[in-house]
Amino acid sequence: MAKQFIRSVLVSLVFLVLLGVGYPLLETGVAQLVFPYQANGSLTSYGSMEVGQQWGGTKFFHGRLDPYTPLATGGSNYGPTSKVLQQQTKKAIEMWHRLGVRPTEELVTNSGSGVDPDVSVQSALVQIPMVSKARGIPATTLRNLIRKYTVSKQFGFLGESYVNVLQLNVALSKLK
Amino acid sequence: MDAVLEIAVLVVALAITWRFLGAYMADVYSGKLKWLDTVERPIYRLLGVDPKGGQSWKRYGASLLIFSLVSLLITYLILRVQNLLPLNPAHMKAVTPALAFNTAVSFVTNTNWQNYAGEQTMSYFSQMAALAVQQFVSAAVGIAVAIALIRGFSNRGSSTIGNFWVDLVRGVLYILLPIAALATVIFVGEGAVQTLSGAVTVHNVLNNATQTIPRGPVASMEAIKQLGTNGGGFFNANGASPFENPTPLTNLLSVYLLLAIPFSLTYTFGKMVGSVRQGLALLGVMFVFFIVWTGITIIAEHGANPALSAAGLHSQSVGNMVGKESRFGTSSSAIYNIASTQTSTGSVDSSMDSYTPLGGMMALSGMMLGEVTPGGVGSGMYTILLFAIVTVFIAGLMVGRTPEYLGKKIQAKEMKLASLGVLVMPITVLVLTGVAMLVPSATDATLNKGPHGFTEILYAFTSQANNNGSAFAGLSSNNAFYNIMGAIAMWLGRFGVIVPSLALAGTLASKGVVPASSGTFKTDSALFGALLIGVILVVGALTFFPALALGPLAEEFSKGRLF
Repeated sequence: MAKQFIRSVLVSLVFLVLLGVGYPLLETGVAQLVFPYQANGSLTSYGSMEVGQQWGGTKFFHGRLDPYTPLATGGSNYGPTSKVLQQQTKKAIEMWHRLGVRPTEELVTNSGSGVDPDVSVQSALVQIPMVSKARGIPATTLRNLIRKYTVSKQFGFLGESYVNVLQLNVALSKLK
Repeated sequence: MDAVLEIAVLVVALAITWRFLGAYMADVYSGKLKWLDTVERPIYRLLGVDPKGGQSWKRYGASLLIFSLVSLLITYLILRVQNLLPLNPAHMKAVTPALAFNTAVSFVTNTNWQNYAGEQTMSYFSQMAALAVQQFVSAAVGIAVAIALIRGFSNRGSSTIGNFWVDLVRGVLYILLPIAALATVIFVGEGAVQTLSGAVTVHNVLNNATQTIPRGPVASMEAIKQLGTNGGGFFNANGASPFENPTPLTNLLSVYLLLAIPFSLTYTFGKMVGSVRQGLALLGVMFVFFIVWTGITIIAEHGANPALSAAGLHSQSVGNMVGKESRFGTSSSAIYNIASTQTSTGSVDSSMDSYTPLGGMMALSGMMLGEVTPGGVGSGMYTILLFAIVTVFIAGLMVGRTPEYLGKKIQAKEMKLASLGVLVMPITVLVLTGVAMLVPSATDATLNKGPHGFTEILYAFTSQANNNGSAFAGLSSNNAFYNIMGAIAMWLGRFGVIVPSLALAGTLASKGVVPASSGTFKTDSALFGALLIGVILVVGALTFFPALALGPLAEEFSKGRLF
């Protein structure tokens, strides 16, 4: 018994050094060398391309219904028969109607991460009348902009086609 | 249609992996491979272990239990004093005793149930050196038990079932570390974070938004979290976080990593007992469950969310997007969450609590089958072997013969051990769920009301007793009741199955082989496969149907009633 205990402690120390320190440090070194942009959080002067932000008003495209607080990630966790979810969704639909937008699923729901940086292409397209009116930019220009920044399904079949909201809004602010 | 293509690509990749990783693992554990000899040998010398010396099942089991207890102690200690240790840029405080205990049990048992949010609780050192280390070694322990049980069948008249220390070290060095090291680089290339720098604060002039974005050594943990079927994420959002699972490709890679070892172990098993067809039969059973559960969940999640319909969102062409990421959509999300619940991993790329009643029930019932479809690394293999023994026993009763499996007679002692291993989980789940329903502080912890609230509790104990760690995360489980009861469920669910499995390995190894006769029930046949599916279903359905009826079924048939 004592022998197995000492072995356990010794092998745990070996693993602590090898797997707990050596492995992550080596991977960090490789990552920083080969993919420094991604490894540090895909940061731009407007924020991280991987972390969504709150966009209010009518001059920018909106993302999901998320709180967008990266220090507390996660979904709303409301179940499919939750009254709270129903009321929250109702409010969101009314908000969109006031802005003159017929919302899609993505625009009235929370994501899983709470910081979803993207929306579906359709969710961007339905917001065109709102942004077009607020900025006085023709709808076709906006449609082309969305098309330009659409990320297609990966390899043509994985996941969904989407638009990164931050990328789209930065491009929008630079129009003209 | 794209979902079908995604599954097809996954199946082809897994089929190739099954053949080659399966054979590779058999060579690793039979000691044929030597390419890491220079790393291994000094470790054995340090431990004073003779790599050729076998252990009896009792010694093997004692080594495993003592190692797990020491792991528990070290993990607990690191969490308790993380404020004094290096690599803590966010100045995280020491983890409280109850939470540190629950978390240590959770990671040592390969469960990775998390009563905390990583970005608010853990230092980088804790994530790397306490939690991720256990993600490696608990996985290696699981595979070791599976290999020991397989040796029970392949050894004849032997008093030993292998050497725990050698199995542990070889599993880490030859299998887990190389694959995880490669996968990490792909995760980072796609956008996962891997840095030791602390959080960064950004300001956007366009919308005047200011955000503090936590970072860390995320990708290196992500790789082993999936490969070792652990599931404990760096961030609270787990695989939904773009920093952990940035693209649909990493999503599919995650699913592949989850399934690679559990499926491939059936080839390892076949090779070690001298008939790949025997492994193929078990693979077939695992795969049938996996594909049916995945299919139903994808269809369920393409349906409308009742609460959204009631709110007036009538066109839900995309499906139930509550708690799902835009880049994944419903199909890829469902594939990920089913792969993760059926491998006892428990990572999520979408909120399990917000799935449709039917989708949520598929995740829950997949776990209730005992995590054999294909189950966790190692644990899926040794648990399905217990079910296989029960199956040949029932087949033996039907024709009135002493049952045998792979040439080994299955007698009273083997049946007692196999039944014990199969029944520990359901008893633990039902008793603890029943207790929770009587304790006000336990029922108050649910976020959702009505049958969904009951499902949150049932899901919690099913997940923990199966060492899964997936959660209907609306349950606020960081309190005394759930920290302690959860730790009990996780410990029983892990070692309550491991000890009978090793005892079984010991008694089987000591037996000789009965030559097959015309009356022997063929266990590499479709008939055996069908019977095994029946046994797994009946055990799961009979035990859990009443509980499912009170939770997800009541919700499914509530016809638009909200709670």
